[in-house]
Amino acid sequence: MARYVVNRLAQAIMLLVIVSAIGFAILHLAPGGPLSQFAASAQMTQEDLDRVTKQLGLDRPLPIQYLDWFGRMVRGDWGKSYRDGEAVLSVVSSHLGATLELMATATIIAVLLGCWIGILGALRRYSLFDTLATVGAMIALSIPTFWFGLVTIYVFSVKLGWLPAGNRQTVGDGSFLDLLHHLIAPAMVLALVETAMWGRFMRSSMLEVINQDYIRTARAKGMPEWRILTVHALRNALLPMITVAGLQFPTLLGGALVAETVFTWPGMGRLFLDSIGYRDYPVVMGILMFSATMVLIGSLLADILYAVVDPRIRVG
Amino acid sequence: MTAATLTSAQLAPGQAAWRRFRRHRLALAGAVIIVVLVLGSAFGPYLLPFDDTYIDIMKRFAPPLSGAHILGTDELGRDVLARLMMGGRVSLTIGIVAMVIAMAVGIVVGAFAGFYGGVVGAVLMRLVDAVLCFPTIFLLLALAALTEPGLVTTTVLIAATAWMWVARVVEAQVRSLREREFAVAALAFGSSNLRIMFRELVPNAIAPIVVAATLNVAKAILLESYLSYLGYGVQPPAASLGNMLNNAQIYLTSAPWLAIAPGLAITLAVTSFNFLGDGLRDALDPRMNIP
Repeated sequence: MARYVVNRLAQAIMLLVIVSAIGFAILHLAPGGPLSQFAASAQMTQEDLDRVTKQLGLDRPLPIQYLDWFGRMVRGDWGKSYRDGEAVLSVVSSHLGATLELMATATIIAVLLGCWIGILGALRRYSLFDTLATVGAMIALSIPTFWFGLVTIYVFSVKLGWLPAGNRQTVGDGSFLDLLHHLIAPAMVLALVETAMWGRFMRSSMLEVINQDYIRTARAKGMPEWRILTVHALRNALLPMITVAGLQFPTLLGGALVAETVFTWPGMGRLFLDSIGYRDYPVVMGILMFSATMVLIGSLLADILYAVVDPRIRVG
Repeated sequence: MTAATLTSAQLAPGQAAWRRFRRHRLALAGAVIIVVLVLGSAFGPYLLPFDDTYIDIMKRFAPPLSGAHILGTDELGRDVLARLMMGGRVSLTIGIVAMVIAMAVGIVVGAFAGFYGGVVGAVLMRLVDAVLCFPTIFLLLALAALTEPGLVTTTVLIAATAWMWVARVVEAQVRSLREREFAVAALAFGSSNLRIMFRELVPNAIAPIVVAATLNVAKAILLESYLSYLGYGVQPPAASLGNMLNNAQIYLTSAPWLAIAPGLAITLAVTSFNFLGDGLRDALDPRMNIP
């Protein structure tokens, strides 16, 4: 087990280095590179630019710059926002809570609903329910999230007036009920794609398990059907779902960005989009690297957790 | 064994695949809808009396089915149906061209990684893993922020964020195929490595490649709509299915049809390609079972 974890950890660190190299390359691909913000100002003479280049250390060889940048990244020094000079790390972390709240709620909805649909679909394969669920999941995966958000706003906010059309809370309110009221629509929209994915994976995992020999053996022993399903089938079918949690994490993050934009939700995704509008490269790079690192850690945790619950992985 | 499986076993592989595909009614429906969408966006604009960029300020916000405008008009009095057809043209073109680029890059990277294996393969595939760590929309927007928006940029950027899955599929196929007799025979024959890779191995992996290509178009159309909706894709006055929704949110209360038509069109196109890809997967290789 320890060997597997160390192995997997080494892999993740190597990936992080490549990920950071890609991030660094993107940063330097920017028109004018990291200097662009200063170059755009008419008050800067060439002399000033040369001095800034030296001050920021941009005249050094690229590999040295990369090591310096990577070192500061790891230590939590992500540079300062062009917009207000605030440290990027604190800007990002101040928006993280709203995003996590949205992602966690959507995930809970998606896991419960998706697993239920998937299990039922597998048990009643090719029934009307299964067909509708399969077709529905495919359509859900094909709907642009932002458009579903617009439709939700139109129906539940404009027409019915049940839900607020955006923001995390009413100005001056902010009680638990008010927060919950604002959370429903964006979480529902974000949960749509997630539910479809969980449903599809759960269905195929369950189908694989219920055709196994040990299920037939349990049936032959005369074990009651509910016990076969809960004790033998479900427990084994749920294991691969740990991998799914890691796999769908990038989609969840991307979906959160879109949902936050449509519902003016003050999270990390919206900050990312705003920063792009302002050409605030340090914040853009910070969030890009942060999200990639989160994905990396997510898949690492999923793999380790899977190895913990399923010994076949770490031995094989 | 039933009679159906007996007969399908006696059929030529192509015929059997066609049979399985036909059974997949949704895939067939998807294929038909794709043909209709392609024909509609290719020839539809010539049949309409309105130009997609013609501004008629006197007829702003005409609701659907009012007078000559079947789907109504937008905030500048432009015909929504005409814009939808031109937008469909742009979105489908971007989707297909981005797919072709992504396939080309993915196939080359996958073939080299799978054929050579070892250090070359490891380096290439770790690069694939690393790019996959970036959530697609974040990477796409960050790249879009650094470049001038436009048709070509949008297409290239979408391809740049979509080739990795293709590379994974091709790498796995090539790695297993290169040990097979026909590949070994080609090597003994004195064929060059490049020839073996692209004339022997890749053509034998055509089934998963076709499936990946179809699903890739769906993904590319979806990504175009995200990028253009957020304002970093196709720029006005040119219409795309995504940028038609860019303004729709402002007029959601007064003119909801501006949001409904393009959104339905995107969903229809993406669903069709997804169902087609699913059906092709079942038809071409019943053993492939990726959800």
